[in-house]
Amino acid sequence: MLDQQTILSPILRTYDLKAGYEGKTILNGVDLDVGQGEFVALIGPNGCGKSTLLKTMARILTPTSGVAELNGRAVHDTPTREIAKAMALLPQTPLTPDGLTVRELVAQGRFPHQTLWRQWTKADETAVHDAMEATDVLQFADRPVTALSGGQRQRCWIAMTLAQDTDVILLDEPTTYLDLKIQIDVMQLLSKIAAQGRTLVVVLHELNLAAAYADRVVMMRDGAIVHQGHPAECITAETLEDVFGLRARVMTDPDTGRPVCIPMTGPAA
Amino acid sequence: MGRLTISFALTAALVVLAALFHMSVGAKAVPLSEVTGAFTAFDPTVMDHQIVRALRLPRAVIAIFAGAALGMAGAMTQGITRNPLAEPGILGVLKGAAFAVFICVGFLGLVSVAWIPLVAAIGAVISGAIVFAIARAAPEGATPVTLVLCGAAILAFLSAVLMAVQLLDETTFQNLRVWASGTLTGAKLETVYWALPWGVVGAVIAVWIAPRVTAMAMGDEAALGLGIDLTKTRAWGFGAVVLLSAAAVSVAGPLEFLGLVVPHMARMIVGADYRAIVPYSALLGALVLLLADIAARTVLAPAEISTGIVLALIGAPVFVGLIRARL
Repeated sequence: MLDQQTILSPILRTYDLKAGYEGKTILNGVDLDVGQGEFVALIGPNGCGKSTLLKTMARILTPTSGVAELNGRAVHDTPTREIAKAMALLPQTPLTPDGLTVRELVAQGRFPHQTLWRQWTKADETAVHDAMEATDVLQFADRPVTALSGGQRQRCWIAMTLAQDTDVILLDEPTTYLDLKIQIDVMQLLSKIAAQGRTLVVVLHELNLAAAYADRVVMMRDGAIVHQGHPAECITAETLEDVFGLRARVMTDPDTGRPVCIPMTGPAA
Repeated sequence: MGRLTISFALTAALVVLAALFHMSVGAKAVPLSEVTGAFTAFDPTVMDHQIVRALRLPRAVIAIFAGAALGMAGAMTQGITRNPLAEPGILGVLKGAAFAVFICVGFLGLVSVAWIPLVAAIGAVISGAIVFAIARAAPEGATPVTLVLCGAAILAFLSAVLMAVQLLDETTFQNLRVWASGTLTGAKLETVYWALPWGVVGAVIAVWIAPRVTAMAMGDEAALGLGIDLTKTRAWGFGAVVLLSAAAVSVAGPLEFLGLVVPHMARMIVGADYRAIVPYSALLGALVLLLADIAARTVLAPAEISTGIVLALIGAPVFVGLIRARL
């Protein structure tokens, strides 16, 4: 399907991106192109740099060298509010303010579109309503977010990023800490969002979720991209061994044609 | 939205009622009808009208002004530090004001009481600037944690120095002891004119950045994703805290506790959005300080207790009750 070569006008791209924490380099020069409407999953072992890559693209981290571009503009040199109109971010562990209602939380997504003179418009109202409808949280609209379950909360956070009304949404491990059924619900929701034309870049821990839903998996190791492509081509016993050091059997889901990884749990031969 | 409007209207009405009651109590009780009469049908020959206008009104105005400023300062402090235990005092701002006043009185031979408001305000601004500068110099910059830590360090340092100078020379500072506990005694309306510009600028900044502060409550990463400049917003918020505290401390001394309690009460009533919390904390702060000052003047009448002491004495159990009721 979509791969590096076929993306003629990427919406999001990085050139030789290097970044890290406190002098320690984690990203070793990453080149990544993401096409309009693509659903890209970043996967790899802990510490491989997938979250660092996402955070650098999201301008939470400043690159030590290289560039991240959104619609051809350097993310780190463009006013942060301009970026926020085109790219939303769902962090891994956002804080839920005590007493904030679902509607108020989702409404935060409208921040980049508001000015001092136009605080709340019909467009804001519509965007918030549509986002809550798409994520099926309308029935909780006036309840405090803290009173909801983990899965319901995650839908509210996704609604907030939808209300931001951006072409690109970055999500940092949106399924962590959720039950398997809820993980599937969240992934189905993200698929639906991607199918409506938004571009999603998602850091995922769970290989099988990436395999089942992403248009492209980007496999990282030691701060670099080592394999990428459609899950059916890219996720194989060899690449899993190479990227994760994991011995696994890769089978094909007869319904979807997507690969399924089954780690070898028996005693080592 | 309806619930919010009702909360604001009710509280505003309570502020007016408390202010009228505040002006009626004192060494000479003035009936409420005469208090309202002093404004609706002022008669210079009526003694009660003169008392209300010349003596009682300034004190009520100062209570409203200082309470509102401290309420907003407290809300902003808790917002930018994301810390429910934070208050302007913990950022060292109030102690800085007290320190400046003590230094000027003790060592620079300042005698005129008229200068205390200005000195206090300048002291608050300088100590605030020092705290912010030290926090900025930390490797991670002015974050909620570094701000509170630097504030606590400056607060401890200033407290120690203040304690030492007071022990060294008790007589000089005798007159300042009441002021240093926070008081509305001897309040003059002129001091409000001095303090008003600081307070108004601080309030405008606080209201302006309130939406960002709400978003920042969701964590730094979420706020960054929404296009909020964290460093800039914290700097503005801190500036608002300093200006509002300077305004309050200059007219009422370093009143502690109000800035801690009022935002919590505000949050229980109007929710988690700082667009509502900031203005509501102003109303609630005014109400609470009016009530505390009424108690300060009536509990041990004819003697008067320091308003700051009453605030803590009555406020602490009330606050504990509120927290328990909520759990």
